[in-house]
Amino acid sequence: MAAHRCSRSALLLVLCSLCLFSIAESQETTPAGDHRATGVDNPQSVTGSTEQMAEQPTVVEEEEEEEEDRRWEATRDEVETENTSAPDTSAPTFEVHSSVPKPKDDFQEELVIRPLHSGDIYASFQFRTLWETDFTTGNKVSHYRLFPKSLGQVISKFSVRELHISFTQGYWRTMQWGQPFLPSPPGAELWVWFQDSVTDVDETWKELTNVLSGIFCASLNFIDSTNTVQPSASFKPLGIGNVTDHRFLRYATLPREIVCTENLTPWKKLLPCGSKAGLAVLLKSEKLFHSSFHSQAVHIRPVCKDWQCKTKSWELRQTLNVVFDLHTPGQGKQEWSLFKMFSRTLTEACPLASSSKIYVDITDDPQGEQFEVSPATHLLSQAMVLGDRRTFSLYDLTQQITFGTVRSLNLHIRWKSSEGYIHYQPSKDRVRPHLLEMLVQLPPNSVTEVTVQFERALLKWTEYTPDPNHGFYVGSSVISSLVPSIVAMDTNSTREQPLFSSL
Amino acid sequence: MKILGLLSLLATHLSANSVNIEENAGQFFSSGHTNNWAVLVCTSRFWFNYRHVANTLSVYRSVKRLGIPDSHIVLMLADDMACNHRNPKPATVFSHKNMELNVYGDDVEVDYRGYEVTVENFLRVLTGRLPPSTPRSKRLLSDDRSNILIYLTGHGGNGFLKFQDSEEISNVELADAFQQMWQKRRYNELLFIIDTCQGASMYERFYSPNLMALASSQVGEDSLSHQPDLAIGVHLMDRYTFYLLEFLEDIHPASKSNMNDLFKVCPKSQCVSTPGHRTDLFLRDPGSALITDFFGSVRKVEITMETVNLTDPIEQVEQNFVNEDLQKESYSYVDQLPVSEIIHQKPKQKDWHPPDGFILGLWTLILLVFFKTYGMKHLKHIF
Repeated sequence: MAAHRCSRSALLLVLCSLCLFSIAESQETTPAGDHRATGVDNPQSVTGSTEQMAEQPTVVEEEEEEEEDRRWEATRDEVETENTSAPDTSAPTFEVHSSVPKPKDDFQEELVIRPLHSGDIYASFQFRTLWETDFTTGNKVSHYRLFPKSLGQVISKFSVRELHISFTQGYWRTMQWGQPFLPSPPGAELWVWFQDSVTDVDETWKELTNVLSGIFCASLNFIDSTNTVQPSASFKPLGIGNVTDHRFLRYATLPREIVCTENLTPWKKLLPCGSKAGLAVLLKSEKLFHSSFHSQAVHIRPVCKDWQCKTKSWELRQTLNVVFDLHTPGQGKQEWSLFKMFSRTLTEACPLASSSKIYVDITDDPQGEQFEVSPATHLLSQAMVLGDRRTFSLYDLTQQITFGTVRSLNLHIRWKSSEGYIHYQPSKDRVRPHLLEMLVQLPPNSVTEVTVQFERALLKWTEYTPDPNHGFYVGSSVISSLVPSIVAMDTNSTREQPLFSSL
Repeated sequence: MKILGLLSLLATHLSANSVNIEENAGQFFSSGHTNNWAVLVCTSRFWFNYRHVANTLSVYRSVKRLGIPDSHIVLMLADDMACNHRNPKPATVFSHKNMELNVYGDDVEVDYRGYEVTVENFLRVLTGRLPPSTPRSKRLLSDDRSNILIYLTGHGGNGFLKFQDSEEISNVELADAFQQMWQKRRYNELLFIIDTCQGASMYERFYSPNLMALASSQVGEDSLSHQPDLAIGVHLMDRYTFYLLEFLEDIHPASKSNMNDLFKVCPKSQCVSTPGHRTDLFLRDPGSALITDFFGSVRKVEITMETVNLTDPIEQVEQNFVNEDLQKESYSYVDQLPVSEIIHQKPKQKDWHPPDGFILGLWTLILLVFFKTYGMKHLKHIF
């Protein structure tokens, strides 16, 4: 035993001396070890180089910047090699791959910000993972990379063909906000298409809802035959497939289901980068739930891998739609920024994402007259959204220049006060009435509606008039307008003219 | 020579350290448990019972901070306070006034919520008799080497605890549940804490070994709430749990405080009620039971000096996609709203109903036959 201990201590001694020597050496050498970061087409090497950086805390600042630049170069190289090798995979050759096979899964993240007419702002996050694999054949899938394992196991165990689940809080006000990207009812909604191989669909449905209630921390186990239906005409599968026998479809909704942080936490954990990097950093519950509308959803379906559609890939889409409504009374000027909405700014894209972009909808304001987006970007993109051609300002988070010198991106959207003037004096109970004065420029050939919301207060019993059945009378609004007119205040009043001509 | 002397000093120092490590490792496993679980239950519904949710969440927070992972915590909250529409600060639950401490946090996982928090579910979780499709996060998968912490809060009385204003659990049921757990070897040691009015009545009937219980008030006493927050408009915490949280904030995973310190939490001067405890069923001396035995988590650590050889990375067999491509047909997306197909769908077979008016005709026939046979004089009884 003693000899064992002595050998252990001797080993420790040797280790200590080795450490001392290595620390002494590292202060002198250039970052030669980081050459490993370039020239490898495996995205996991990026995290490897960051670990290396952590181990050498005494590196000079200039060297740090060089390492970072090389890291960005590494990802660009990797993207290029992937692009060039893409058309070759269909050819039946023994291609000289590196020892690591080309990954079959892909992750993209994007955020669309749309300022709404009512002054609110609509933010829609979409995280999409594509994976070319087969859950349905006999061999069990065991190596998960970007696709979350919990959902993969659910798909294979319950023979799921398509799964759509959403948790929503609040109502979508179509009149004020327009159309959402993906509508969802308040509460929880779940609809699932099972594969043809399932023998007892109801039993599988019951087990699936129980498992999902554990994954999403929701009371989905209350879904049973009393709130499940089997639609016969609607809810056709959104993914690829030939057969649509509605016996394999189930739809259920729990309108009273609450959405709170405990549902957001497991939802965030399904993302490859979690909530540590990329756009998911913005998902802070304290701000997200202080909103008019919040909806988070998970959609799984099989899609075509490419335009030929010979092989299918599994697509996992996680979406989060939120509408913020911070009203600033007084001047018409309103300002939105990422920090104001999410209490966070962006510092980097998710390293595992092949694309990470922010789109700001400027269709309603192409010349930049109504609102201004800063930092300015030259990248524009056009897309068809719900039948409408819309223009977007594009921010690419994989490019280093998006973050500028401050290394963080905080988008500002400033509404320009269009020579308007608003003076609002709220009423004080039993002291003074409301006063609202607005200078508005009316567009030609249009109808403008001005609405004011007010609350009715309760009267004290002594304040009732003898005839309270009349109710209260509200004074009329007054519009002062500038109408081109020849009649003016004529200082020369000696002329003989009728009185009404000088009105 | 000097170097040799220094080296020998270093060697002896290191050997002395290694002796200590072995001693510490030995102490590690002396309490007899190898894993920790926690079952935290809030049984009250409605906004004015905000403090009960805050109680449970503050214990959840302490337990998580001291090392028990979410997979070993069963958290049951009978109502949602954080995203309640009456909460002026959504997604938060505060324990201290002026919104100092948000015990809800950003990383919470509630296992049973809303209507799921019932007496039946609670007892099923304790005894393990759950339907087979229950997910793991909703199960108490403890074994005979588990130390379990059970925390209950809500409105209670002499011998019962109210669940959601609609049902109750009695102290006898609770004692029997613990006995079932003992018989099924579902715990090594169990710490039961209850913060309700007359809480001590709930542990009066325990009879299984290795149980220790704490309550916030004696029979006949009410447990009082602590401080209201004027911005939120409700009382934020109960007194006993408030001082318990303050006590636990000073505990860290390597702390050596024991149960006797826990019994001193919230004396009558602070709590107004008299907290009680029961240790007669506990086989060890409470002074030797550490706080972290129940509130923290044991991590199994094996110290080894051996090296492990990693095998070569597994080469994934690339399937030969080529031939399959040419033979497979291409997939397509399904038509989302095929109107003509829908209209011409074969209607589902409805249950067979007799034709309209059939029942009425049948009754008329029966009446006619009756009156024909027995004569018309019976008609006057009807009209």
